[in-house]
Amino acid sequence: MPNHRGSTNPVVASPVCDEFRKLSRRRFIETSAATVFVFGFSVPLRASRPAAAAATFAPNGFIRIDGQGDVTLIMPQVEMGQGTYTSISMILAEELDADWARVKVEHAPADEKLYANPDLSIQATGNSNSIRAFWKPLRVAGAATRACFIEAAAHSWHVSTAECRTENSKVIHDKSGRTLDYGSLISRAATVTPPKDPPLKDPSIFRLIGRPLKRLDTPDKVNGRARYGIDALPPGVKFATLAASPVLGGTVVHVDDRRALAVPGVRQVVVLDDVVAVVGDHMWAAKCGLEALDITWNDGPNAEVSTDLIWSQLRSASLRDGAVAKDVGDIKKALGADGEASSEVVTAAFEMPLLAHACMEPLNCTVHISPTSAEVWIGTQVMERVHAAVAKAAGLPESVVTVHNHLIGGGFGRKLEPDMAYSAARIAKHVDGPVKVVWTREEDIRHDVYRPVYHDILSARLEGARITGWKHKITGSAVMARFLPAFFQKGVDPDGVDSAQDEPYDIPNRRVEFNREEPPGIITGFWRGVGPNNNVFAVESFIDELARKAGQDPIAFRRAHLDKTPRLQAALDLVREKSGWGTPLPARCGRGVAAQIAFASFIATVVECEVDEAGEVKLRRVTSAVDTGITVNPDTVVAQLQGGLIFGLTAGLYGEITLKKGRVQQSNFHDYRMLRIDQVPQIDVHLIKSGEAPGGIGETGATASIPALRNAIYAATGVALRRMPVDRNLLATKHT
Amino acid sequence: MITLEINGERREVDVPQDMPLLWVLRDVLGLTGTKFGCGIAQCGACTVHLAGVPVRSCLLSVGSIGERAITTIEAVGTTANGMKVQKAWLDLEVIQCGYCQSGQIMSATALLDTIPKPEDADIDAAMAGNICRCGTYVRIRQAIKRAAAET
Repeated sequence: MPNHRGSTNPVVASPVCDEFRKLSRRRFIETSAATVFVFGFSVPLRASRPAAAAATFAPNGFIRIDGQGDVTLIMPQVEMGQGTYTSISMILAEELDADWARVKVEHAPADEKLYANPDLSIQATGNSNSIRAFWKPLRVAGAATRACFIEAAAHSWHVSTAECRTENSKVIHDKSGRTLDYGSLISRAATVTPPKDPPLKDPSIFRLIGRPLKRLDTPDKVNGRARYGIDALPPGVKFATLAASPVLGGTVVHVDDRRALAVPGVRQVVVLDDVVAVVGDHMWAAKCGLEALDITWNDGPNAEVSTDLIWSQLRSASLRDGAVAKDVGDIKKALGADGEASSEVVTAAFEMPLLAHACMEPLNCTVHISPTSAEVWIGTQVMERVHAAVAKAAGLPESVVTVHNHLIGGGFGRKLEPDMAYSAARIAKHVDGPVKVVWTREEDIRHDVYRPVYHDILSARLEGARITGWKHKITGSAVMARFLPAFFQKGVDPDGVDSAQDEPYDIPNRRVEFNREEPPGIITGFWRGVGPNNNVFAVESFIDELARKAGQDPIAFRRAHLDKTPRLQAALDLVREKSGWGTPLPARCGRGVAAQIAFASFIATVVECEVDEAGEVKLRRVTSAVDTGITVNPDTVVAQLQGGLIFGLTAGLYGEITLKKGRVQQSNFHDYRMLRIDQVPQIDVHLIKSGEAPGGIGETGATASIPALRNAIYAATGVALRRMPVDRNLLATKHT
Repeated sequence: MITLEINGERREVDVPQDMPLLWVLRDVLGLTGTKFGCGIAQCGACTVHLAGVPVRSCLLSVGSIGERAITTIEAVGTTANGMKVQKAWLDLEVIQCGYCQSGQIMSATALLDTIPKPEDADIDAAMAGNICRCGTYVRIRQAIKRAAAET
């Protein structure tokens, strides 16, 4: 049985000894005051020379090298399938000139000083920015470490550093033909002060970056060895499952646990204010015990919340003026009554529904609380928030709480919340020994932190084939205002307007407003694609309607408004060529395009679909052209697009959470549907070579495919859908 | 006591007859490669082989298994087709988060056991019960064909 105790977080079985780990951790702590600032982010660089150098060389928070030359890379961002452990390692190993075959990776511990995301300011993985945010700091960390080895070798050879070069974890002196392995140099390298501003490689000499290297995390994912949070089995662990109040804000009135306690294997029933958990010898006992409970709830203030109420409040709110996120030119004049007689003002509203994340790994967290310490096993996108949440629930200082992160069975934003750790810790407080709390799929769907509902109103003036005025008002949740309040300024949520305030089209008069309206009875949060998911849908759907009004080809119309954005024009040109755009299609078939700049990547996508007479949509083909700047691992970029496109198509075709009497009505995959393999067509992703800074990629497919699908349906049927998911009734020609 | 044959070994477990195999594997025997996804046989993450047939272990009570041999992801690589599928999965870098992939690999291996050269329709029929939230379906299809082409 696997033992998950200990202070390391190995992903790939690593021989690293706990002592070494503790020593290097202590070194980080001792030296955290010695920092350099790179893009406002402190990269810890060692200044002192502790005796521990004899064991391993750990000049910064990301790299540790032992005497055998094994390179352990500590991952500041979490692996939830997006391939970041491999990409991060490639960047470090590139500048370090490490032997790729000897690289191992390790989950970072909770430590905001060392591992905060430079763009988010907290230890979090999200917003498709792992590579964007860490590109420079990781390169600097790798290059500075490499410089230490060069100096150490040059010193021992009594030659100048300029005469030395590095390759595959070796320092080489060509003149004399001498080489030294990094492993043999660690003691001496530890005496060198790492340079704060080491020279970085010119991209033309990259050896790893840009190659489709095999992922480091996948070999253990084909044989059952990979460990996710849900697989943690600390010795003596008990198993629990829970029922949270079916209505947000409700409380437990009474629990009759007599039948539950009679279930074989049930050990304990834990009753909290808003949660009831059953603890047993295994999940089956806990599940049967939970079903045998008779719980009386007080539904509280949200007992009457329904989807209709949420929408009516949102639509009313959308009538208000919003806070101004962007104001260029004179929008009042541009959209006013005295425009050119030949022109017209077009207005449309678009809506997006509540969505659950439905990660394949249901929410879970294992916690062991003792009077003096707490230990946590979880897969999370927010290590430090989990750390803090458990400390709070346990009533212990954070210094005695240890969190072990794991591979994540799908994140998509759900694991940016620490709620599952908080409730697990509250339960664990009442349990003797470790307890693994696993949510049923039903609890997971019904107690999500949902993608917000949005209502967007867009107006534009069309003068011939030219858009001269553009107003976009977004009404919906301000997720950042809850998640990172400092980023919410003057009523504008930077996530809420992302890819709207900076939409790519060149329009002289432009205004973007944000109108915060939080839906009642539900908590909203980040969902793959975040703000751009709504905004790219609204913008690209509306542009398609304008193109049709102007009698223009949708790609040509977009292209004509993108003269200042050649990278997106190039993506449109490539997707036009690769998708067969303009070639004849059978009846009720159509192609739809969507163009986007989201997460600093430039992507054009064409979806081709067929709509049958019952209104069912069959996907025929999907094509994307992607310029994401320098690609660290091109195969990962393609994979993220393929998967992200399917994620978006799933939402567009099926995704909607509804409420009645305060309760979420969906519960599992039979009523919260996912696309399956038999519905997925050929998906071709074409990368555009670029030397620009890397863009984000993890969420881009999800934001691209929803409007492209919507526009394909528009082309196939002439029906301009204004809300997602697809309403078959509007598309059917034969009603049964 | 219930005796089960799992991955070629006889294992005795003291659990209720109606307990699904999934939880026996994961929580009692520590074989955590088989995953819990939905609990109602909708997602396929818990797929194992029972006498060579792919089954959803979340709804399979241990009391109903009898003498039939169970193979899980931990041992599927010891079979010829299991090994081919695992290799194709890595060669084409199918996997993203990986949580559903134990089930995908078990379903794909069982497909090749019955249809050595599957057509697209065979793949659809055999694999439509396995959800992948990361959306690796395009590569799953390619990898099955790749594995089938291996001799």
